[in-house]
Amino acid sequence: MMISTLANPHKFMAFSRWATPVLGILGAALIGGGLWLGLAAPPDYQQGETVRIMFVHVPAAWVSMLAYACLGGASFVSLVFRHALADAAAKAVAPIGATFTGMALVTGSLWGRPMWGAWWVWGDARLVSVLVLLLLFLGYMALRASIDDEAKAARAAEILALAGLINLPVVKFSVNWWNTLHQGESIMRTGGPTLAPVYLTPLLLVGAGYSLSFGALWLMRTRGEVWRRRAASLTLQAALT
Amino acid sequence: MTALVALFRRELALTWGRGGGPLLAVGFFVAAALMFPLAIGAAPQRLQAVAGGVTWVALALASLLSLEPLFERDFDTGALEILSLGPLSLEVIAAAKCAAQWLATGAPLALAAPVVAVSLGATVATGALVGLAATIGGIAFAFLGGTGAALALAGRRGGVLIALIVLPLLTPPVIFGGAAIANFAAGLPWAGGMILLSAYALATVALTPFAMAGACRNALS
Repeated sequence: MMISTLANPHKFMAFSRWATPVLGILGAALIGGGLWLGLAAPPDYQQGETVRIMFVHVPAAWVSMLAYACLGGASFVSLVFRHALADAAAKAVAPIGATFTGMALVTGSLWGRPMWGAWWVWGDARLVSVLVLLLLFLGYMALRASIDDEAKAARAAEILALAGLINLPVVKFSVNWWNTLHQGESIMRTGGPTLAPVYLTPLLLVGAGYSLSFGALWLMRTRGEVWRRRAASLTLQAALT
Repeated sequence: MTALVALFRRELALTWGRGGGPLLAVGFFVAAALMFPLAIGAAPQRLQAVAGGVTWVALALASLLSLEPLFERDFDTGALEILSLGPLSLEVIAAAKCAAQWLATGAPLALAAPVVAVSLGATVATGALVGLAATIGGIAFAFLGGTGAALALAGRRGGVLIALIVLPLLTPPVIFGGAAIANFAAGLPWAGGMILLSAYALATVALTPFAMAGACRNALS
């Protein structure tokens, strides 16, 4: 219901006008609160102070996956329903997703140095799969940038995004198959989370904050893309009259 | 059916005969594999440890090499547009192109792979397994590569863009094949990786023709 209402560009612009700052402020507040709690939490008995990197690392990895799912979803809607707004949304989300993915890689690497004794561990499949995710985002952006015709760029990029979306579960599967030295999943497990609440609360707060900020950034960039297209068609119109 | 056979023969003749064909791919493959001992040293035990994997990576890279003309040649000459008006659907045309690409470059690479692996110090049995992995994995490389080549049609970057698009998609087959080869060389169970590689190759054959046809229609529109 909400999606079909927002598919109307005018309604979307009216909605995103107030939703963008609201989401942004809420997201910033949640991140701030979560980080405050995270810094106040006692050091872990195994990981020591470095456990705090988790609060910025794990949510970034979550949001990077979320961003690719959004890219795939928007591309699917654009491919099937030929909806211009969905294409603008897909184009807008790619650089944000790439940034969150890069953040997950950098923070993971900073955590890996004291914990594993190495900046980068190739034997770890999850690290590698996030790098693949980053490359998928970059390939998407490069393909879009290389095609001048916007309609053709949109269609080609959609196909690539969907191919990547189908590939992602395989990459995720390779994590489980390639049984490695990375920490096992400890949040989403049958039998409930194993993380102590003192760590879980800030993690979930920052995770929610990252997600809302991601939403705000996405809305903002989609708005920008809509404005850019309007400006392009207006200059064309002006040249014709 | 005759149209399909005629198309396949045409594609095979073009891929085999023009622009170097199998010689270019195999030549690049051997040259790339040659760089590894030059770069990491000639100590036999060190080379032996990486022989299978190095061969596998060089194969994946060599299969990317001759992708650019796969659709672009027919796109530039207008042949792709004429073919799309014919009795065969673009999905079938794309699949035939990739199958011909596999036969003309993937199969020769699979024949050369055991030789290169053994020359780097792998056992003959490991070399044979590399050849088998190259035969099966080559299918995935050809069909995914074809997808990249078809997507890049509408653009103006060609080769490098195709590599950037295709390489992330190639990671699962590279992981599966590499794991099978490494496990075999270490005397561990290896069939799982090979089965996953085969499954992945079959999935690319089933799915990518639709992506390629969509990309071709988009470029032709």
